[in-house]
Amino acid sequence: MEAESKVILITGTSKGIGKYLSEYYLEKNCFVYGCSRKPSEIESKNYRHFCLDVCDEKEVMKLFLNIRNESKKLDILINNAGIASMNHFLLTPLNTMTDIMNTNVIGAFLFTREAAKLMRKNSFGRIINFSSVAVQLDLAGEAVYASSKAALNSFTKITAKEFAEFNITVNAIALTPMRTDLIKNVPEEKINKLIGKLTVKRLMEFKDISNLTDFLIREESGFITGQIINFGGI
Amino acid sequence: MNELNKIHKIIFDAIDVLNEGLDIEKRISKSNDTVLYGTNSRLDSFGLVNLIITVEEKIQDETGVALNLADEKALSRKSSPFLTVGTLSAYIEELLKNT
Repeated sequence: MEAESKVILITGTSKGIGKYLSEYYLEKNCFVYGCSRKPSEIESKNYRHFCLDVCDEKEVMKLFLNIRNESKKLDILINNAGIASMNHFLLTPLNTMTDIMNTNVIGAFLFTREAAKLMRKNSFGRIINFSSVAVQLDLAGEAVYASSKAALNSFTKITAKEFAEFNITVNAIALTPMRTDLIKNVPEEKINKLIGKLTVKRLMEFKDISNLTDFLIREESGFITGQIINFGGI
Repeated sequence: MNELNKIHKIIFDAIDVLNEGLDIEKRISKSNDTVLYGTNSRLDSFGLVNLIITVEEKIQDETGVALNLADEKALSRKSSPFLTVGTLSAYIEELLKNT
């Protein structure tokens, strides 16, 4: 079974990768639920947007109550919402650590927990987390960001084990740099240096991501779980 | 039907759903004293998870309220609210009163 007619929830859909994936799966006739702090520009009868903070448990539970009442099921969760910060460790404020952990880890935790409860009923589910090659590369200046993604990697591998009985797979895609807001403040020289560490030396493109999400959400991919798939040949 | 009876019915319905998937010797009874958690329970950890989530779903269906039963309060208590059907009912009643 391909993506068509599936119910998908994507976090962080107001821009960048989340917006792209929402539009991509809407074109494939999926029903897409999205969320972000800001309103969305996506207009489709098959799209519902929720303005919320991904680490607000009450709001997240309300969103899932809506999905349950309207669609009765959820097939796919893409934990995309994420923030980054690149800074020398000694110059990193505590707030940066708290904000990044809240969005990247606690947000993914809440959405995964509630999504798996809903998916379990249909004995089918696909959860995709977005990690980063910063974990494998131990990039200087990214201690906080890479730590949050390392947490997400462990989270991916362990939830894969706990959800296997429900026929829910959990995988992570470790992204490389691309032209999104996430890296807008990173100097060009730093980006080039990072690309130099990749086997395939280029920026990531949107279609690289949808190619892999397409594969992971297929029914035939049910034997693939707990994997961290690094882009760029890392 | 008072609130506690309604909650009992929700839990018993969830036990029916759970029992459907269990072998006869592993099925659990529907009484206030049925042990759900601990060494005297017939449920394994997977069974308990399934029961709790099914109860959450049925509460949503009956009341429209989204409860997370395994919250901080539940996990920090000296005596777990998941011990028996009776303790679980009392805990749900308490949570619903506070919504």
